[in-house]
Amino acid sequence: MSLDSKIPEGPIADKWTNHKNNIRLVNPANKRNIDVIVVGTGLAGGSASATLAELGYNVKAFCYQDSPRRAHSIAAQGGINAAKNYQGDGDSTYRLFYDTVKGGDYRSREANVYRLAEVSANIIDQCVAQGVPFARDYGGLLDNRSFGGVLVSRTFYAKGQTGQQLLLGAYSAMNRQIAKGKIQMYNRHEMLDVVIVDGKARGIIARNLVTGEIERHSAHAVVLASGGYGNVFFLSTNAMGSNVTAAWKAHKKGAYFANPCFTQIHPTCVPVHGAQQSKLTLMSESLRNDGRIWVPKKKEDAEAVRKGTLKPTDIKEEDRDYYLERRYPSFGNLVPRDVASRAAKERCDAGYGVVDNDTKEGVFLDFASAITRYGKEEANVKGVENPTDAQIKEMGKKVIANKYGNLFDMYKNITAEDPYETPMRIYPAVHYTMGGIWVDYNLMTTVPGLYATGEANFSDHGANRLGASALMQGLADGYFVLPYTIGDYLADDIRTGPIPTDSKAFDEAEKKVKDEINSFLNIKGSKSVDYFHKKLGQIMWNKVGMSRNEQGLKEAIKEIAELRDQFYKDVRVPGSGDEMNAELEKAGRVADFLELGELFARDALEREESCGGHFREEYQTEEGEALRRDDEFTYVAAWEYTGNPSEAILHKEELNYENIELKTRSYK
Amino acid sequence: MSADKAINITLKVWRQKNADAKGALETYKLDGVSTSSSFLEMMDQLNEQLINEGGSPVQFDHDCREGICGSCNMYINGQPHGPASLNTTCQLHMRSFKDGDTIYVEPWRAKAFPVIKDLVVDRSAFDRIQQAGGFVSVNTSGNTQDANAIPIEKDNADMAFDAATCIGCGACVAACKNASASLFVAAKVSQYALLPQGQVEAKDRVLNMVKQAQKEGFGPCSNTGACEVECPKGISLENIARMNREYLAASLSK
Ligand SMILES: Cc1cc2nc3c(=O)[nH]c(=O)nc-3n(C[C@H](O)[C@H](O)[C@H](O)COP(=O)(O)OP(=O)(O)OC[C@H]3O[C@@H](n4cnc5c(N)ncnc54)[C@H](O)[C@@H]3O)c2cc1C
Ligand code: SF4
Ligand code: FES
Repeated sequence: MSLDSKIPEGPIADKWTNHKNNIRLVNPANKRNIDVIVVGTGLAGGSASATLAELGYNVKAFCYQDSPRRAHSIAAQGGINAAKNYQGDGDSTYRLFYDTVKGGDYRSREANVYRLAEVSANIIDQCVAQGVPFARDYGGLLDNRSFGGVLVSRTFYAKGQTGQQLLLGAYSAMNRQIAKGKIQMYNRHEMLDVVIVDGKARGIIARNLVTGEIERHSAHAVVLASGGYGNVFFLSTNAMGSNVTAAWKAHKKGAYFANPCFTQIHPTCVPVHGAQQSKLTLMSESLRNDGRIWVPKKKEDAEAVRKGTLKPTDIKEEDRDYYLERRYPSFGNLVPRDVASRAAKERCDAGYGVVDNDTKEGVFLDFASAITRYGKEEANVKGVENPTDAQIKEMGKKVIANKYGNLFDMYKNITAEDPYETPMRIYPAVHYTMGGIWVDYNLMTTVPGLYATGEANFSDHGANRLGASALMQGLADGYFVLPYTIGDYLADDIRTGPIPTDSKAFDEAEKKVKDEINSFLNIKGSKSVDYFHKKLGQIMWNKVGMSRNEQGLKEAIKEIAELRDQFYKDVRVPGSGDEMNAELEKAGRVADFLELGELFARDALEREESCGGHFREEYQTEEGEALRRDDEFTYVAAWEYTGNPSEAILHKEELNYENIELKTRSYK
Repeated sequence: MSADKAINITLKVWRQKNADAKGALETYKLDGVSTSSSFLEMMDQLNEQLINEGGSPVQFDHDCREGICGSCNMYINGQPHGPASLNTTCQLHMRSFKDGDTIYVEPWRAKAFPVIKDLVVDRSAFDRIQQAGGFVSVNTSGNTQDANAIPIEKDNADMAFDAATCIGCGACVAACKNASASLFVAAKVSQYALLPQGQVEAKDRVLNMVKQAQKEGFGPCSNTGACEVECPKGISLENIARMNREYLAASLSK
């Protein structure tokens, strides 16, 4: 099958408007006869469910948590981008489009990104109308901050809890429709397969996580908004339950999986503390507005810091290496995430790491100079004459507390170190997956009637996502894109009537799910699911992580396949299938990660270039920067499942840049 | 990082097979717990031990493990979310405990939060309260008025935000001798009461949400303030006072 991205004709600025004017609509009376299943109720799925219900469709929404309000989107901290240009600093739809394509290292589809930038402003209007309490200035207007990789201030925020406030907004819109009976909400349900009837996605098989019952649900179309797959690394900033299962089952049923190796490693996270570590905690990118990143210039200082015999605050200014400011004078500490992460790794590999853990990996994120700068400003504003250093520090700390208080508290809580007094220690961690299910301009996968939105699809961020753009994409997809593009497909279904669940396709899908569950329970091996998940994570992090090479990738592919064999021989899943059973849930998710991991490594092996978050050691400039190979690799790698990850077939969607010139990214 | 020690502890954990079964506290010994571990990482370690011994692991709700999703609901040594203040269970660290400690771990206890299994309870009553009125009736259209069309006084915006940070964990209910949900309901009512967007439906909202809370079996508020003390997000009692004012005004005008 050849890939058709269905990009509309015409100049980029008119494509979306023209497309909306030309696609078919379903009249309101007919929408009542059409059912849509939405898997996932994070920002992408919650916003889509609410909007589809408002339009008149019957929505059935699913999430594995006990309430839609707990989706992983709740944890997003820093903010959401929108081209509002409220600061009058020259922002525009075009600039947001340009920044996103460049930030993604020229591996995203122009038309999709332009549309994203175009609807971004509507998102902020919509959220404010819902009562989302964004931060405001003293004049009562919305405030903005800056994120990495851009030179304007376009990020809207609600302290360090932007994701929470946006998700609660979408949740409230859902609640209104649940109360009306337009959304049927299935909490504590996990989708375990897509059902395809006569070539179209017509339903899902889900497990009720309380009773263990396997249920059939039918609809005229199915939307996957099930989030990203960063947990293939075991340790990541994702929620514990974040998984690839919904996406992977769809892949096995014919949905192509695009660019699996494009993963974002976020530069500022709390470093690993020990073997019991279950997840990593992000320290928002917004901290790089004010924090300066450094390591000691001398190896002996780094070692003394690690041993605890030298305090970081005692290292003299001239003995510090502010390596981002040194290497990238024009963007400094605000270079994009992939660049910042690799630079941290480079310093730690060279022996300058400052954390006393197994790998000695960690760098400083220091607020001392920001505290002094803000303290002086405050002293001026408040008219304090000749303030003492202590007064300046006190006032500066207050300003910082106002901006980042909750993050500082979180940090102190985890590490028992006070970041107001001593620099934070941070290190990169897996955070986000740009790759995902391949979709066309309408957000439809290669399976008719099956859609993917939010982090679950691959669409807008290319090889690297800019900060504060995931929330924007999730809400753009759910509020403003999918509810309209899906109508074009559903227009054919106005006379179809309810989809029966007693067909052969449902029988077979249900049987497969039940068989799989029984097979996990019957292995009765000797090792827990977590044992295998951690092993997989180690292979992924060491060989398919921040930097990759041919030999390591080949080893990883082999090791993952072996680990998968061992899993099916030796995993121990206690309990039964007809009760609440967290180990059984994990077993299913890890089984899918064990397959995805292999495809992930293959994709990384196949892409013989460095771009964005994908860094192949063989392809770098003399200065160690990523070396793209546009002649050969300006494409989306979309993988077709054929029975085994090692036999997946690669399809290429060529990327054409008509509005932005392909250039080497430079943040110098 | 900080000095990392290993401690040995005894756990008394509530085990209950399902909603209908009778539960009981079981005793477990757990050795070699790192003081850098979080409380839930300690629970993972216990579960790993139970699985390896052929037992059944303790079922508990959790997801974000950074204090924001509101899933983790453990009643630890007689306190919702344990000893530290302004903390969820997942943010509690083992450095808060000493070698040789005995730690009691139980689920939230309230009529409106029935136990599903072990430490997992059913909090869907909270969702139904939100469905009764916790929203602004605005459709998604793409032509809503500009976000900056109505300036909002910073103090009000900040107070609305503070109220909106409720994570729906239910610690307030677990802490209250009447199992009242007042702090939770008040947080939502306050958020909208402080914003111009919330005004149009303000009266119905407060009446309907309060009515639903009663219907779900949450008790009355007797202003003891235990909820505020245990709330991991520091939602203040002022919100309850604001809700009561809204409620009174709404009842009088209906
Ligand atoms: C710590 C952190 C901070 C972040 N901060 C920012 C930020 O400041 N700005 C920004 O733009 N982005 C940020 N991001 C990224 C952003 O939060 C996510 O990319 C985004 O929220 C994903 O939204 P989503 O709706 O696609 O998926 P999610 O929010 O992950 O939701 C997935 C949904 O799918 C459901 N689900 C999954 N699998 C199944 C299944 N098999 N069956 C049934 N249901 C299922 C889940 O229950 C859930 O409802 C951050 C990410 C992290 C980890
Ligand atoms: S008010 Fe506080 S304790 Fe109650 S649910 Fe909200 S966050 Fe939890
Ligand atoms: S696990 Fe999310 S708040 Fe504790």
